[in-house]
Amino acid sequence: MTAAPLMSPDERVSYLAAGSTLRSWLLTTDHKRIAILYLISITGFFFVGGAAAGLIRLDLISPTHKLLTNEGYNRAFTMHGVVMVWFFLIPSIPATFGNFLIPLMIGAKDLAFPRLNLLSWYIYVIGGCVTIYVLIVGGVDTGWTFYTPLSTMFANGHVVAAAAAVFIVGFSSILTGLNFIVTVHKLRAPGMTWGRLPIFVWSHYATSLILVLATPVLAVTLALLSADRLFHLGIFDPSLGGDPLLFQHMFWFYSHPAVYIMILPAMGVVSELVSASAHKRLYGYWFVASASLAIAAVGFLVWGHHMFVSGQSRYAGVIFSFLSLVVAVPSAVKVYNWTATLYKGDITFGPPFLFAMAFIGLFTIGGLTGLMLAMLAVDVHVHDTYFVIAHFHYIMVGGAVSGFFGALHFWWPKITGRLYSLVWGRIAAILIFAGFNLTFFPQFILGYLGMPRRYHVYPPEFQVYHVLSSAGASILAVAYLLPFIYLIHSLRHGAPASPNPWGAAGLEWTTPSPPPKDNFRTTPTVTKEAYAYPVAATDEADDG
Amino acid sequence: MNGHLPFWPVAASEHAAKVDALTFWFTLLIVALTAPVFILITVFAFRYRRGSGADRTHRPSGNVLVETSWMVIPFLLALGFFAYAAKLYLDLGQPPANSIVIDVVAKQWMWKFEHPGGQREIDDLHVPAGRDVRLSMISQDVIHSFFVPALRIKQDVLPGRYTSLWFNADRPGVYDLRCAQFCGMDHSLMIGRLVVLSPAQYASWLAEAGGSGDLTSQGKASFDRLGCSGCHAPQSQLRAPSLQGIYGRPAPLEGGRVVIVDDQYLRDSILDPSRDVAAGYQPVMPTYAGEVSQDDLAKLVAYIRSLGDEPAPANPGREPPS
Repeated sequence: MTAAPLMSPDERVSYLAAGSTLRSWLLTTDHKRIAILYLISITGFFFVGGAAAGLIRLDLISPTHKLLTNEGYNRAFTMHGVVMVWFFLIPSIPATFGNFLIPLMIGAKDLAFPRLNLLSWYIYVIGGCVTIYVLIVGGVDTGWTFYTPLSTMFANGHVVAAAAAVFIVGFSSILTGLNFIVTVHKLRAPGMTWGRLPIFVWSHYATSLILVLATPVLAVTLALLSADRLFHLGIFDPSLGGDPLLFQHMFWFYSHPAVYIMILPAMGVVSELVSASAHKRLYGYWFVASASLAIAAVGFLVWGHHMFVSGQSRYAGVIFSFLSLVVAVPSAVKVYNWTATLYKGDITFGPPFLFAMAFIGLFTIGGLTGLMLAMLAVDVHVHDTYFVIAHFHYIMVGGAVSGFFGALHFWWPKITGRLYSLVWGRIAAILIFAGFNLTFFPQFILGYLGMPRRYHVYPPEFQVYHVLSSAGASILAVAYLLPFIYLIHSLRHGAPASPNPWGAAGLEWTTPSPPPKDNFRTTPTVTKEAYAYPVAATDEADDG
Repeated sequence: MNGHLPFWPVAASEHAAKVDALTFWFTLLIVALTAPVFILITVFAFRYRRGSGADRTHRPSGNVLVETSWMVIPFLLALGFFAYAAKLYLDLGQPPANSIVIDVVAKQWMWKFEHPGGQREIDDLHVPAGRDVRLSMISQDVIHSFFVPALRIKQDVLPGRYTSLWFNADRPGVYDLRCAQFCGMDHSLMIGRLVVLSPAQYASWLAEAGGSGDLTSQGKASFDRLGCSGCHAPQSQLRAPSLQGIYGRPAPLEGGRVVIVDDQYLRDSILDPSRDVAAGYQPVMPTYAGEVSQDDLAKLVAYIRSLGDEPAPANPGREPPS
């Protein structure tokens, strides 16, 4: 491709070149630079959480000969959970790609509150530092779920510090969500009606609603937990008249919607990737857009499905089971619409397409096994077993992390201005898909056989499945490291990217790669629906 | 690593077989709903790859009828399974009336069982095949979860609150019992065995295990020793209600509420008597928290449970002298 179509060449300095001092990065208010700050920090935590996962999988190769003590194992899986959930998955797509892309996609110069955006990142960093502190002083041994009264009365680890880390990072989520909501309401370019918003923006809007509404509940819960542990208030302690199940209700009231915080942005990414790879308008735009809102809304009403065997009323269980079936409908709508989008498409097999397909395959398995878990009598058997572990890793790793890597591969040329090796990108996508399935599929069988989660020592008849799973994890580890290598390599050696290397629709592709500091020279006026394919230009990366 | 590769767990009860059937048929439904997606993605990706000569005219971009059908049809199909799964789940909350009641106390990291005849065991639980067994469970510390994979059942065991679980294991054998709720350092060592015996074997096991008198008579002894009988004996009904025939029946409380007298209510009334006071009585009973052990509580509850079968005497306390 030559220059951006119908435009004179844009000579403005890119956001990356607009200052190279450390100060210009650490005090930036440019949403694109803040996105990069987030990308670097969450990548760091991805490796910390991944190291803990590696330790767990190595340890589980043998049922009895162990690397770790029981206590050490408990601390390893707790750190894995805490780091991955709050310091990688929750901020992953929204704080990086959402931050970078929402203003570009709606034709704005920045988010509504640029300085608040920078503050969000600093809050994240402070929360992250507390987590690192917890890690250094010895960790925490409650599981990422912090169940009472284990966490308040019996655990030896640094519970309050870990809770403080999560409490702090929650404010980063809240501010980011708030920023996105106001931005989408107030800063859309002329002509960018709600009906023309890319699905990526819709799903981030829905995510932001959850961030703003659910995260405060987590903050309250963790504050009460800490007060209970420090001052023995007895809120969750039965010996003082408290109720340990109250904690579970409050925790899951946040933590179930939190799953949608992780998956909705990935669904937004996949909608973009599928449409751009098929070079075709997304099938059923309004259904896909409203499905995001429906998931966000109904997602608040299903927390009790984590508590079917907790001692909660059985009749409440029936209602939560029914609502869990309801919340599956909008997710299914998305999968069916992505499939239909491919029909009569003009499909190129770049890494973004392969990652999108990996997402659809893994998310579908994760979602449907979630339906099995919603079936009450089945859940009674597989609750708290590896079946649940497999299910939510299919959603949160197979789904959300594949979405993250898909986004990274799709928008990398826009973010960095460089093209990477498509061959290596395809290899990484295929390896991630294969390694993931080898790691987690055996865990469905383990779970149904009755292997409880969080078991350090386990019966020898389960070893075959654990060995398979650990073998898959080593493939997965390599597959996740690969992009790290070839993407970094592309920064120096990649060919410069044109404004629209994929031939994709969307305002972000009308800006230079990488975009200038203020994004658009003049505020664009939108005259077309989202996904107005075909786009005239095709390009170097878009060769199938 | 041993020789055989397990794929499906053994089923030791009718309930387990039903859960397996539910799992199997629901998995088939899932496969039926997923297969079209996976097949069509593959077909479309191949057929509509860039450069193929496939027909791309009249591209659809949405159809309300199509959307509605793929929302409604899978949902309705799943609804039938939901109803059946809910029925099985609700059944788990309805133990048959003549079940053998076994008291379970969970603590870090062991299971303690006490049979109606006073036989006690730790980590192993012997039950007769073909009989309904109800477990009345409570924890001394954190939350645990009683899980027997072969029965496909699981129930969290809470501190300060009784939960219960019932089953009818119809196949003699030895099955794994595991704690399923993370309970601290040695969670994965909180395992035991469920030993299902034929009725004859069970009878001889009971005789062999002995036991220091059955739970009910031990409970009666504690009842007298702790002085409960001073106020709660049938003949002295002025200060406290008689406990004859109250178990399992509704009891009116001060303030107009009515509760069903169960293990939980009895436990709460012993540890925190002023919380739910029987209608017509003054809150004069002192708390026994700290004075009765978990074992004593189980015995007292077993004793009062045994009084439940006796007819309730006319209770003048219920109509307080005005």
